[in-house]
Amino acid sequence: MIDASHLDILDTGLRLAVPLIFAALGGIWCERAGVFNIALEGSILGGAFGAALGAIIWQSPWAGLLVGLGSAALVGVLLALMTVHLAINQMVAGIAANMFVLGLTSFLARIAFAGGSASATVPGFSKLAIPGLSSLPLVGEIFFKQDVLLYALYLMVPLAWWLLFKTTWGLNLRATGEYPRAVDSAGLSVYRIRFLSVIGSCMVAGLGGCYLVLSQVFLFTEHMSAGKGFIALAALILGRWNPIGAVAACLLFGLSDALQLRMQFGNPDVPYQFFVVLPYVASIVALVVFAGKIKPPAATGQHYQRGGK
Amino acid sequence: MSYLQLDGIIKRFGSFTALDEVSLSVQQGSIHALLGENGAGKTTLMNILYGFYQADHGSLQLAGKPLNVASPRQALDAGVGMIHQHFMLVDNLSVLENVILGLPGGLRLKLAEHRRRLLELCERVEFTIDPDAVIAHLPIGTRQQVEILKALYRDVDLLILDEPSSVLGPGEIDAFLRMLNRLKAMGKTMLFITHKLDEVFQVCDRVTVMRQGRVVGNVEIGDTTPAKVSRLMVGRELAPPPQRVGNAPGRQVLQLERLSALNDRGIQALHQVSLEIRAGEVLGIAGVDGNGQAELAECIAGLRAPSSGDIRVCNESVLEHDVATRRTRNKIGYVPEDRHSTGLILDFSLWENAMLRDSRRAPFSIRGLLRRAAAFARTEDWCARYDVRMHSIQQKIRFLSGGNQQKLIFAREVECNPDLLVVMQPCKGLDVGAIEALQRTVMEQRAKGKAVLYISTELDEVLAVSDRIGVMCAGHLTGVLERANANAERIALLMTSTVATGASL
Amino acid sequence: MNTLLRAVYGLRMLWAVLAAFLVGSGLILATGHNPLRAYAALFEGAFFDYYGLADTLVKMCPMLLAGLAVIIPMRCGLFNVGAEGQIYIGALASAAVALYLPEIHWLPHLLLCLVAGMLGGGLWALVPGYLRACRGINEVIVTLLMNYVGINVVSYFVSGPMMQPGAPYPYSPEIPAGLQLPLLLGDADTHAGVLIALALCLVLFLVLRYTTLGFSMNAVGKNPQAARYAGMSIKRHLMLSMVVGGSVAGLAGAIEVLGVKYRLYHLFSPGYGYDGIVVAFMSGLNPLLASVSAFFLAGLSTGAQFMQREIGLDVTVIDALRGLIVIFVAAGLAWKYVVPPKAVRQAARANPTALTGELR
Repeated sequence: MIDASHLDILDTGLRLAVPLIFAALGGIWCERAGVFNIALEGSILGGAFGAALGAIIWQSPWAGLLVGLGSAALVGVLLALMTVHLAINQMVAGIAANMFVLGLTSFLARIAFAGGSASATVPGFSKLAIPGLSSLPLVGEIFFKQDVLLYALYLMVPLAWWLLFKTTWGLNLRATGEYPRAVDSAGLSVYRIRFLSVIGSCMVAGLGGCYLVLSQVFLFTEHMSAGKGFIALAALILGRWNPIGAVAACLLFGLSDALQLRMQFGNPDVPYQFFVVLPYVASIVALVVFAGKIKPPAATGQHYQRGGK
Repeated sequence: MSYLQLDGIIKRFGSFTALDEVSLSVQQGSIHALLGENGAGKTTLMNILYGFYQADHGSLQLAGKPLNVASPRQALDAGVGMIHQHFMLVDNLSVLENVILGLPGGLRLKLAEHRRRLLELCERVEFTIDPDAVIAHLPIGTRQQVEILKALYRDVDLLILDEPSSVLGPGEIDAFLRMLNRLKAMGKTMLFITHKLDEVFQVCDRVTVMRQGRVVGNVEIGDTTPAKVSRLMVGRELAPPPQRVGNAPGRQVLQLERLSALNDRGIQALHQVSLEIRAGEVLGIAGVDGNGQAELAECIAGLRAPSSGDIRVCNESVLEHDVATRRTRNKIGYVPEDRHSTGLILDFSLWENAMLRDSRRAPFSIRGLLRRAAAFARTEDWCARYDVRMHSIQQKIRFLSGGNQQKLIFAREVECNPDLLVVMQPCKGLDVGAIEALQRTVMEQRAKGKAVLYISTELDEVLAVSDRIGVMCAGHLTGVLERANANAERIALLMTSTVATGASL
Repeated sequence: MNTLLRAVYGLRMLWAVLAAFLVGSGLILATGHNPLRAYAALFEGAFFDYYGLADTLVKMCPMLLAGLAVIIPMRCGLFNVGAEGQIYIGALASAAVALYLPEIHWLPHLLLCLVAGMLGGGLWALVPGYLRACRGINEVIVTLLMNYVGINVVSYFVSGPMMQPGAPYPYSPEIPAGLQLPLLLGDADTHAGVLIALALCLVLFLVLRYTTLGFSMNAVGKNPQAARYAGMSIKRHLMLSMVVGGSVAGLAGAIEVLGVKYRLYHLFSPGYGYDGIVVAFMSGLNPLLASVSAFFLAGLSTGAQFMQREIGLDVTVIDALRGLIVIFVAAGLAWKYVVPPKAVRQAARANPTALTGELR
C-alpha cells in the first residue's frame, strides 16, 4: 500500500537526483569526447553561485539561470584551456579547478550576499502543475507537479540520447573519444570538438547547480555542491557513459539519499551513514566488478597531438 | 604529363632532416610503388601529401594544378585519400558509421541512405561486408577493406596505401593485390608504400626507392629486377668492417626451441623459431623491421612471455625467470631497440642510467642504500673506456647525442659480464664513428667468448659482424647462412620469402 | 641569458604564487580594502606573532604530512586524492587504540596509537593502490570516493559506538592525559607532532634520494617501460607508494587527535587532505620543499584570522587566494623551459610526474 510518506520519498528522491542527472549528462558529453571531467563538482558550484547572484540582483529566476549558465561556462573555459590547450594532466586540472571554484565562490559569496555565509532567499522557480498529466494517480503527483527546470530535464535526457546516437554531431563526438586520429584523418578538428565539449559539459553540469539554488533550497551556501559532482561521476561510470544508464544510476542515488534523510529523523536501527556511503561504495564495487567490461571511451585522458608516423 | 608531381620537398624536425629534396612523379591510372626501409622518409612524405604535416620547402601538383593541403580535410577535398598502416577506424563503431565519419551533411544521420550507397560501392569493388558489423569483430583483412571503402566512398582519385600488406596474412595478400588491379581498372591512381619486393613486382608499374630521406632510384618495373632494387634499398655509407679474428665457437649458450609468441595486438609474431648460438659466436638476424625481431629479443630478455616453445641459456630453461633474474643469474645482457622509451630514463642523469639495471646490487647499492661514490666512479670509468662524450655524469642523459647514449647502454650491458648479449637495432640513427665503436665492442665480446645475438635491419651491419646470419620474415626464421655463403642478394631474397626453409644454406 | 631563463623557470612556483597574490589583491580591492595592508596583516599574524606562529606550526603539521602523502605516490606516477579519507581513518584507528587499549605505560601506548594511525591510513590507501596496480582502475576516482566513505565511517563511530555520552554533537571521549602529545612552546599550542612531521619529511627525502627503493620508485614514476626493462616490479612499487602515502596521511589524522583536539570529532578536518595536493604541487614533489610550502600555506590560514581582526577583511579571502594559488601552480606545470611546446603536449599523457618530475 503506497501512502503519502512513500510518495514523499519518491518525490524527494527524484528531486535530489536532478542535480546529479544534470552533472552526469554534462560529464557524459565531456568524457565521450575524450576528456575526463573531474570538475563537475566545480561546475555545479559555479552554476549555483551564478544562479543565486543573478536571481538576487535582478529578482528573477530566469536571470539567475542565465548568470548561472554563464558562470558555469567560465569554469568550462578554465578547464578547457588547461586540459585541451595546455595539455595539463586532466586529473590535475580538474582537481585544481574544483579547489579554485570552491575558494572563489566562498569568498565572493561573503561579499556579494550581505547575509553572511548564506545568501538571502533567492526568488526561484515555483512548481507548475501540468494540466491533465498532473491529475494522474501516483505518477502525476511525483512527475508532473514540478518546476520548469525539471520539466526541461525530462526533455533533455531523451534529447541527449538522440544527439549522441542518432546525429552526425554525436557520431563525431563518440569517435573523438574513442580514436581521435580517425577523426583527425577524416578532416575534423579534434581540438575544437574537445574544447567546446568541455565548456558545454560544464554548462550542463552548472544547470544542476542552478536547480539546487533556484528550485530546491532557494539560497546559496558555501560548498553546497557537497560532493554531488563526484557522485555524478560515479553514476555516469555505472551507467556506462550512456544517458539512459546514467539517469537510472542517478535516480538510484537520489532515492538512497532521500532514504538517508528520512533515516536521520527516525529509524535508529540502521545508521544513516550507511545510506550516505551507499552510492560511493556501490560505485567502487561496480568499478571493480566491471573493470574489464566498463571502459571509458578509449581515448579519454590522453592528449591528442597530430603527427606520429 | 604526370598526374601527381612532387618537387624538391624538404622537411625537417628540429635538426633532423627527414626529407631532403624529394621529387616524385606519378602517372595517372598507374600503381606506383614507394620503396624503402624504415626511417627512409616514405611515411613522412605521404603524411605531407595527406595534410598531416606541411613541407618546409617544395611544391605539390595534382593534375597540373598546385596542390595545397594544410589538413586532411583539404586532401580529401582534392581527391586524395589515404589508407593508413594503422587503420583509422573506431573499434566500437560499425562499418557504416566509420565510413561516413566526417562527411558533411545535416544533423540527422541518414543511415538508411548511406547504407544503400555503401552496399552499391561494395558491389562495384567486389567486397562482401555487412555495413552494420562492428569493427572490433572483423578480421584484419576486412578492416582494411573498410579503410579502403572510406576513401572510395569519398570519390578519391588518388589513393595512398601505407604498408597495406603488413597486416595481412599470405592468403589475404593475393586477394588484396587483385583488388588493386580492379581499382586500377576503375581509373584510380595508386601510390603504394611498401618494403616488400615481391608485391612491388606483382602489381606495380613504377617504383621509387628512398633511402635516408632521399630518392635513390626511379625505375619502371619492366626495366629492372628485384635484386637490383633491393641493392638500392639497403646500400649505405659503410662503417669500416671491424677486425675479425678466427674463432672456434665453444659450448652452446642460447637455444631457442620452436619459440612462438604474439605481438601487442594479439597477432602471431613468432612462428616456431628455433636457433642456437655458441660461445664466441655472433649470430646476426637480418630482415625488414616488423617481422618478429622485436618480439624475439623481448622474449629472450624476459619482457614478453612466449605462447609456446622454450628458451634455454647454458642449458637452463629461463621461461620462469623474470627480467632481473635473467640478467643476474642467466647473465643475459640486452640492448633494446628503443633507447628513449625502454633503454634509458631520459630525465635521469648519466650515472643513474648507468646503474639502472643493477640498482639493487653491489657496487651500486649495498643493503638498500645507494652507494653514490661507487656509482660515480664506475660511471666515470665506463665513460672513459667507452668514449662516452659528456659534460658531466650528473647531466641528464637526454642531452647526450644518440651515439653517446647508446655507448653508455652498451657499457652497462657489457660490463655486467653476460654470457649472452642480445643487441637490437643498436646503430639506428648513429653516425659512422659511433657505429664503429659499438661494433668494436661487439667484436671484443665475441673474442672474450660471449655469445651475441645481433639483430638489425641494416644489412651491411649484420654482414660486418656476424659469423652466421639468420633471416626473419613474417615471424619465421627463413634461413641461416654461414658467413662465407652470405651476400646481399641471397639475404634479400630470404627476406622477402614467406616460406620457412629452416635449413642452413 | 640562458642561466637567467633557467633561473626564472626554476622559480616558477614562486611566480605562480606571486601571480595568485596579484589577482587576489584585485579581489581584495573589490571589497574595499587595501591589499598591501591586508597582506601585511596576513604575514604578520602568520609568522611574526608569537601565538600566530605557534598556530601556523600546528596547522603546518597535517598539511605537510598530507603533502607527503600526495608526493610519494606521485613520484611513482599515481595521484592520491584520497589523503583526506586516509587522515580520517588514521584518526579513527588512533583514537580507538588511545581509548580502548587496556592500561599500559604511556610511551608504548602512544607509539601504538601513532602506529595504529599509520596502519589505518595505509590500509585505506591499499585498496585504491591494489585496484590500480592489479586491475588498472583509475586511482583518482577510487580515492575520491573513498574520501566520502572514510569521513562517514568516522561519523558513524563518533555518533554511535564511540560517542561521548551526553555530548551535544558527535565527538568521542577525551583521550587519556598521558597520551597527549607534549607541547613545545610553553603556553602555545605547538605540539611534538610538528617535529614528527618535519622528521618524516627529512626521512622521506633521504629515502627517495639515497636508497635503492627511492631510486626504483623514481624510475617507475618517470618511465614504467624502462623500469620494467630494469627489472623492477611495477605493481609492487605502485602499491607500496600508495600504502606509504596513506600511512603518512593516517599519521596526520593520529596527530590531530593526539596533539590538537584530544578527541575524535565528527568533521575535524577542514580539508587538510586537499591542502596536501596544493603543497605537493607547490613543492615540485620534493619532500624537503614540502615543508616550506606547508609552512606557507598554513601561514595563510592562520594569518587570515589575524587579518580579519586587524582590518576586518573576511577570512574567506584566503579560500579564494588558495584557489588562485592552485590554479596558477597547476598552470605553471605546463610551462617547460627546455622542451619546446609541441613535445610538452606529446609528453602529457596520463602520468602526472611527466609534468612535475622535472623539478629535481
